[in-house]
Amino acid sequence: MRAALFVTCLVDQLFPRAGEAAAAVLRRCGVAVEFPPAQTCCGQVAFNDGFWEEARPLARRHIEVFDHADVVVAPSGSCVAMVRELYPMLLRDEPGWAARAREVGQRTFELSEFLVDVLHTEDAGARFPHRVTYHPACHGLRALGLRDQPLRLLRRVRDLDLRPLRGAEECCGFGGMFAVKFSALSSAMLETKLRAIEDSGAEVVTATDVSCLMHLGGGLSRAGSRIRALHLAEILAAQ
Amino acid sequence: MSPPESMPRIDFEANARSALRDAFLQRALRSAMVRFRELQAGVIAEVPQWQALRQQAHDVKLDTLAHLDRHLDELEFRIRARGGHVHRAGDGAEAGRIIEGLARGRRVVKSKSMTSEEIGLNEVLRRAGCEVTETDLGEYLLQLAGETPSHIIAPVVHRSKESIAELLSAATGRRLPPEAEALTAAARVLLRERFLRAEVGITGVNFAVAETGTIVLVENEGNIRLTTTIPRVHIALMGVEKVIPRLADLPVFLTLLPRAATGQRMSSYVSLLTGPRRPGESDGPEEFHLVILDNGRRAIQADPVMCEALACIRCGACLDVCPIFERTGGHAYGSVYSGPIGAVITPLFVGLERAGDLPFASSLCGACGEVCPVKIDLPRLLLELRARVVRARGAGRAERLFVAGWSRIMRDPAALRRAGGLVRFLQRLLGRRPRWVPYPLSRWVTSRDLPPPAHAAFRQGWKP
Repeated sequence: MRAALFVTCLVDQLFPRAGEAAAAVLRRCGVAVEFPPAQTCCGQVAFNDGFWEEARPLARRHIEVFDHADVVVAPSGSCVAMVRELYPMLLRDEPGWAARAREVGQRTFELSEFLVDVLHTEDAGARFPHRVTYHPACHGLRALGLRDQPLRLLRRVRDLDLRPLRGAEECCGFGGMFAVKFSALSSAMLETKLRAIEDSGAEVVTATDVSCLMHLGGGLSRAGSRIRALHLAEILAAQ
Repeated sequence: MSPPESMPRIDFEANARSALRDAFLQRALRSAMVRFRELQAGVIAEVPQWQALRQQAHDVKLDTLAHLDRHLDELEFRIRARGGHVHRAGDGAEAGRIIEGLARGRRVVKSKSMTSEEIGLNEVLRRAGCEVTETDLGEYLLQLAGETPSHIIAPVVHRSKESIAELLSAATGRRLPPEAEALTAAARVLLRERFLRAEVGITGVNFAVAETGTIVLVENEGNIRLTTTIPRVHIALMGVEKVIPRLADLPVFLTLLPRAATGQRMSSYVSLLTGPRRPGESDGPEEFHLVILDNGRRAIQADPVMCEALACIRCGACLDVCPIFERTGGHAYGSVYSGPIGAVITPLFVGLERAGDLPFASSLCGACGEVCPVKIDLPRLLLELRARVVRARGAGRAERLFVAGWSRIMRDPAALRRAGGLVRFLQRLLGRRPRWVPYPLSRWVTSRDLPPPAHAAFRQGWKP
């Protein structure tokens, strides 16, 4: 099977290791991975903040870049939710584009969703000898309806000690521009989440989105914690 | 309804900051919301067809809203046929005048009604020389304290037992211990006396059944039973969206509402009232008046995108799961309607200019949309409103520049390469905890470090 990697702008520029890991895991699972270099950002930053005019050109661009691909895979539940669930809303007054958005959306998958639901692979062949807790990022959980796909993958990682996370389904407080516009609230939500992560006894917190992990990792670093925030793909790629 | 010019903009960010500093409020909200969520989850899990019921309720509501006039006309016709009176009010002031005309100078007992809070009814009646008593325990305490509700169904969640003991001690003139049972008993004595001498009873309406002219009231304390049976006159106040077509539509709502609201299988009292007392009946009021209020609802109904917000049955479930509400409480929303549903309808009621911050006060985690028992897609409505706010009043300069700059760079992979290089250079220069960074990072580093710099962009290292 061939898949186009929609690496997302944050992974591309700030967290390239998550993208490299995603590509490695896909290849190990027998997928031929291509990276369309014209891709940039899906436009979620502008869209979520109410700037639909600014988001539309980016959405149209994204559709054009991935129009040719049979399958698109992204290491982000949030960006996939943007394409699959929200593009039709953003482009509803542009009938041709709305239909194309739906087509691309149907072929776009979050990494764990693709591995478990499409490839029917739960064992990615990884070994990761650490205590790990998993934070289900909101957009994957609720917008895409991901439930236990990431957990099923993690349970099959050799030597990994999976720790339950108290209040796992509560938001970490990132929320894009919310994190800066309502910085105090966002930080209070982060604090609750960080306490739960500390109490889990894990050495690593993982998630399907680098945006949430940037928030969690930034908070852990500020608190002087030794817990690391790693993308799910980085754990699945480890051997 | 358009707000007077003098109404200040609701500054949710500032309100949230002061709520976060209130340690008691933080503890009280967290424990109450967690308790609600546990109770709700328990009884919802008992209903295997829950998802289908949500959809059914959603469809009934939206279908009714699509033919609102027809259903309201039928409701009015049925109530008149039963000897009741029906009044239509275009806005809060008109509803206030109608009720004032019916109650002037009399002793009034009132049950809990968000719609009456919305139109400031107590103040109107007080000025008309009425003695008004709130009879829902929480609302009664708020009346003693001169406060507004901070949660749709737990209006006094922001207050401690100790502060409630003080309020009731002052009202009874004797020192009461901060114990729920003693306080409830004391309030009961005070309220019972008010009930017995009341001349007018005012209630809200949970559902109004058009085909029979029946209003339905759901409660736990029994105060609505007393309010609708003891006084000679009963006045019920409802928003236009409370009508449902048939009695057969009611059971689905009575299954959903108590489970989503208080986490009960059924509320202690469900009253179905059809007109005033008829000859041969032993109780019920001699006069029954229904006041049907618009107050901006028809404008929402006519808005194809926002219409869905009118399906709300005021259960409060979206408040209970909202991580924002859990940390701010209801008062921060600057309106009687708080939480996610408040963030949607308050801007529609009072205008984007005044309440335009509210739709942004969400991390878009989606928990509200997932629990709503009538399946209102609250995250989608918040997104729609954000776009309207940006169109109507713009955004701050720094924010506008940031989003415009971001979008411009992202239209061109070469620009992204250059910008990304600059960002990684600055990351190395400034470190993870810089003393100065530009907006929006300036508001990030207040509590979070920046990520460590990557060596290069993914695209630079990509090998096909």
